[in-house]
Amino acid sequence: MGVKVLNSGLSTTIQDLGRPGYFHLGIPMSGAMDQKAMRIANLLVGNPENAAGLEIVFTGPTLRFDEACLIAITGAEMPFKLDGVSQSSWQSIQVEKGQTLEFDYLRAGARCYLSISGGINVPLVLGSRSTYLVGSFGGMHGRPIAAGDILPLGRCDFMASQVGKNLPTKMLPNIGVREIRVLLGLYSYRLTEGSISTFFSEKWVVASEADRMGYRFKGGQALEFVERKAPFGAGSDPSNIVDSSYAYGSIQVPSGTEPIILHRDAVSAGGYFTLGAVISADMDLIAQLQPNTSIQFVSIDMDQALLARAERVAEMKEIRGYISNS
Amino acid sequence: MGSRFTFGGDEHLLVECADEMSMRSFFKSLSAAQLIKKSPLVGLDEINAGNASYLIKFNPDFIKPAELLSEIKKIDRIAENSVPVIETRVVEIPVFYKDPWTHETGMRFRERHQDPTVTDLEYAASLNGYATVEEFINAHHSSPWFVSMVGFVAGCPWLYQMVERQYQIEVPKYLRPRTDTPRHTIGHGGCFACIYAVQGAGGYQMFGVTPVPIFDPLATHSHIDESMVFFRPGDIVKFRAISSHEYDAISADVRDGIFSLKTIPVEFDLREFEENSSNYNRALLDKLDGS
Repeated sequence: MGVKVLNSGLSTTIQDLGRPGYFHLGIPMSGAMDQKAMRIANLLVGNPENAAGLEIVFTGPTLRFDEACLIAITGAEMPFKLDGVSQSSWQSIQVEKGQTLEFDYLRAGARCYLSISGGINVPLVLGSRSTYLVGSFGGMHGRPIAAGDILPLGRCDFMASQVGKNLPTKMLPNIGVREIRVLLGLYSYRLTEGSISTFFSEKWVVASEADRMGYRFKGGQALEFVERKAPFGAGSDPSNIVDSSYAYGSIQVPSGTEPIILHRDAVSAGGYFTLGAVISADMDLIAQLQPNTSIQFVSIDMDQALLARAERVAEMKEIRGYISNS
Repeated sequence: MGSRFTFGGDEHLLVECADEMSMRSFFKSLSAAQLIKKSPLVGLDEINAGNASYLIKFNPDFIKPAELLSEIKKIDRIAENSVPVIETRVVEIPVFYKDPWTHETGMRFRERHQDPTVTDLEYAASLNGYATVEEFINAHHSSPWFVSMVGFVAGCPWLYQMVERQYQIEVPKYLRPRTDTPRHTIGHGGCFACIYAVQGAGGYQMFGVTPVPIFDPLATHSHIDESMVFFRPGDIVKFRAISSHEYDAISADVRDGIFSLKTIPVEFDLREFEENSSNYNRALLDKLDGS
């Protein structure tokens, strides 16, 4: 029973929507980096949106299904085959017992989400099945899945009416967005006005250090700091602050050179200044950025951030309605 | 300075009580966090308090950012004037200073250090005006420390020594962070000590290791509750220097599940502490020794 892992892929982890509430202890919320893609994958197979699935990054796993079920694959564009037959993403697919799922190479985006009817039924840890790699817990014993693992499934009595459910193209998230919206703030007073406008006018390129903890960017000019006498306890570098709590999505720039956006497995605190935070509506977009992708940070205000948030809620509502009525 | 209030995206509000570290700022962040937790405000997801600031994660679908800001400003003013007394605990943490593991790691990353010709302990001792490493180690463990923040990765505590500013140990972080630090390393960066909860990257100077686990994902240690994380902001820590022999003995007790931590409940009054910190510390540590 369950799903046998024949090949693991680069770093395939079990994720649900996450484990909020423990960041004040240094345990991040984890969960799918592209939350919308994970939610849609679950809806397509008839799961609760918070069911655990697989987050697949850059290269896909090979999986054998030892029980019949429904699957859906969303997020990045990474073609896949079931027993050698090509299938489409963003729709629910019936899988017979014994069939094997294989992925081709990544075409666009960075992370795919695989949802299986019943969900992956590993134990809940602090209320979530998400894998937190640094803390070595959650998911499959706190590590990525490995060849030989058997992923246990929850009750798998899917409805025949669920087979073939899909989304119209206009409802699919656009994973090709190259503008990341930012609310300037936090410790931005450490920077000169000129340096702030330079930051928002330049192209930044995703560096190779881009993972669940954070996304690093290169290519822009070093930031200029307002002069100061280092406050007691802060440290001597102009980018240092008295260590404080970090916000998800906040952008820190150690020594003023390479911005890092903290994502869902972030460290909870540290001694680098942050210049603001990516708005909640754009966090999913970061999950789909490959290294070497060029992006631009766009400065917006709180009202625009709330509008973007409301649009995102409305889109998700429309998707729920479409899937349940189709 | 008065507190500085600023949003971090549409889901976070940061309050910086001061830009420098002090016991007063720490107590203010702690009491603000407690007041916010007790307040009837809706839409608050989490409060991370520590050192000289606190961060609120909120859901703008339930509370408008402007409304939250005005409520938090009120609470911050109350926190400014709250009585700085907390119910807490003193915990003794044994430390094997000059251990072989942090020494080996320090040597492996020597080219990332300010002074590759000396050890982290030798560097910190000389920078802080101690003639010998032994005197430095003595200063490190003779006065207690406040856990001023918890987090980083998996429950790592930041610790702020309960001594006057001129006696506080200050060291810079490594020039470039190491990619490895032994689990349970006692580190130091800026004016803060820390304990690395798990093995991993780090930039703090390394002085020793403790055999006591502080993070427990598998729920095997009786001194750590279901949150997996031992420390809380406001805990008071007394380091005790141990030998390699005692390190091995405690490690064996931990492994066999018979280790017990020396800890006592105390009330801490910042005003009395500020009147005479060395006497106040002495009384705290006498209570611990007498337990």
